[in-house]
Amino acid sequence: MPESESPRRLDLPGVTDWKRVSPRYVLVEIVGTVLFGLALCGGAVVLWLVVGLEWAPYLIAAIVLLTLLTVLFEPRRVRAMGYQLRQDDLLFRRGIMFQRFVSVPYGRMQLVDITRGPIARWLGLADLKFVTAAASSGVLIPGLAGADAESLRDRLVELAESRRAGL
Amino acid sequence: MTSLADGEWHRLHPASPLLRGGIFIVAVLGFIIANLRERLIDFFFGVPGHGGDPIDEIMRRGAVGWVLLVVAVVLVLILLGFYLSWRLHAFRVGDEVVEVRSGLVFRSNRRARLDRIQGVNIVRPFVPRLFGAAKLEVSVAGQDANVQLAYLGSALADALRRDILHLASGLRQPAAAAAAAAASAAAATTTAVPNSGTGGRNGAEMGDFRTQLASAPEFGTADGGVSGIGAAAAGIAGGIGGFAVDRANEFFAPELDPDAAPPESVVRIPHGRLIGSVFFSGFTVFLVLAGIALVVSIGVGGSGWLLVAILPGVIGSVSYYFSRFTKSLRYSIAGTPDGVRVGFGLLSTSNETLPPGRIHAIRVSQPLLWRPFGWWQVRINTAGHSTNKGAAGEANTTTLPVGTEDDVARVLELILPGFNSAEHLALISRGLRSKGGDDGFRNAPRRAAWLRPFSWRRTGYAISDGIALIRRGTVSRELILVPLARLQSVGVSQGPVLRMLRLASASLHTVAGPVAATLSVVDAGEALTLFERVSAGAIESAHLDTSHHWNLPNGAPE
Repeated sequence: MPESESPRRLDLPGVTDWKRVSPRYVLVEIVGTVLFGLALCGGAVVLWLVVGLEWAPYLIAAIVLLTLLTVLFEPRRVRAMGYQLRQDDLLFRRGIMFQRFVSVPYGRMQLVDITRGPIARWLGLADLKFVTAAASSGVLIPGLAGADAESLRDRLVELAESRRAGL
Repeated sequence: MTSLADGEWHRLHPASPLLRGGIFIVAVLGFIIANLRERLIDFFFGVPGHGGDPIDEIMRRGAVGWVLLVVAVVLVLILLGFYLSWRLHAFRVGDEVVEVRSGLVFRSNRRARLDRIQGVNIVRPFVPRLFGAAKLEVSVAGQDANVQLAYLGSALADALRRDILHLASGLRQPAAAAAAAAASAAAATTTAVPNSGTGGRNGAEMGDFRTQLASAPEFGTADGGVSGIGAAAAGIAGGIGGFAVDRANEFFAPELDPDAAPPESVVRIPHGRLIGSVFFSGFTVFLVLAGIALVVSIGVGGSGWLLVAILPGVIGSVSYYFSRFTKSLRYSIAGTPDGVRVGFGLLSTSNETLPPGRIHAIRVSQPLLWRPFGWWQVRINTAGHSTNKGAAGEANTTTLPVGTEDDVARVLELILPGFNSAEHLALISRGLRSKGGDDGFRNAPRRAAWLRPFSWRRTGYAISDGIALIRRGTVSRELILVPLARLQSVGVSQGPVLRMLRLASASLHTVAGPVAATLSVVDAGEALTLFERVSAGAIESAHLDTSHHWNLPNGAPE
């Protein structure tokens, strides 16, 4: 049976102008990754000096390497995040290695949440979470400029009102 | 003409506090009285005491009179508490909301919008059932957001359910004639059984209720003082025979009144099949494996630790089988004008009505051991959950515990009204049994065999008339149906392994429940088609959906 050639990567045909998250968001991600790496290193140091495991230095080296790699790929990962307001639904994408596309009809909105972490607040950024009745929807648009996040929230609420549906 | 759904405040069954938690107090009192009786026998017949317990001490100090006084005061306080909590617990059902207020110290007031009702459940636990009382529960979406009316007279609960569903369906008018009939039935249904624990007082209170019902046309609005004991006693004496007959009739009555559902829409399960289905379950496989492991470990000469580890589980399994069986007994599913009604239970019964459009996902599955018998199980995701647990302690999400393919077709017809043309039925049947191939489903390509060596031929999806069907599994077959009008969102994702094989996975996100509508392997290009088709279909179906007021002719949006 001849198989029609299908694409390797996922990309929605006909959907081009994705709105990207702020490039400054890279910094938030990097700080988060580095802090996480440092915490792991701290654990490994305890293993090395207190418990006395001899292979712990290799563990530390591995953690440092992984953290550096993650930090290097951070800009690309952030560039891969995008969202788009279509006629009747919100599209969201993220990930390079693990790609994910989600479409949520506006009428399914239960609430919109805006949160700001300490570093994001310092950079004037905010995260916007679109919550539906399904826990697995998981639409979290990070790294929006504060004013953008609020106008997007108001726009989404307005769209949801006009396309109200039951549960 | 009376109805409970008239927008006025009504009270619950007068025995409610007793049934809700008071049984425990009665048991404790009974225990004390039983002990006391032995002491009294000792006292009068001079049998030497055993010494050491508090009652001995009381008698030694000559404080019997005081203690009796304390007991009497406690009894009066308990009865007063019962009476007050009954007085303060009231509900009303209006055109838009059902509302309950209660509480003596911490007052609470809870309202549920009728167009947000996810289901109405009538539960009759064993002891309240003996008294002819039932608990009515209106479920709405959300954690612990249900409105409970515990307890109501059995027939009143049925009538109230009919009225609530009627109002919620958008007709805006209680079925008045039906309610009047139910009220007169309720007058015949009384609750006066003298309880051994509380002696005459409780019987008197209940008997009082009996006289209230006989005299006052409106349930629970007459003042409920502890008066008219003489009349109540006469009522008990005269009515006890009729009462027993009433109770017995109610106990063995079918869960569905024949006029509420057309008989051909009722699915029932033979007992033999039920026993078989519980026996041939995955749990039995686990037990057999555990048994083999046990025998081997003893044969090899290992120590007894495995026995110690497994034996409690084996003993526990007996109660697992028993509860699975009794919870599934007398199962019935039927279509009524206001939705699907699922009833089950032998001693404690439960009877839940799901209005149309409250089912978010459906799974028809067949474990390997059931295949020789051709049995299937149907489970669903709903947004609201009754607090009454189903079989095996989980939320009550099983619509058909076990049934043949014909039963499945009938159940699906009930829970997916309108999805029953010949084409749809063929699609369902192929979704259940087909081995794959070009049969209306878009199946995974051959290269998916790397990840799904047995089931890749069968793993696929179809979309037909606003219903998405996902088919998967060969060892344990599954067909998942998702009404797109209820879909919350849709996602496709792809990790490195799937990308190497030019595959992707797709999932339809619905409210939480036992059914997860995911398609773990699908051609990458096909995944994008699915994404577009499902998201467009969801928007269109949600736009056409009118199920929040399911009986309005055009479902006028608010």
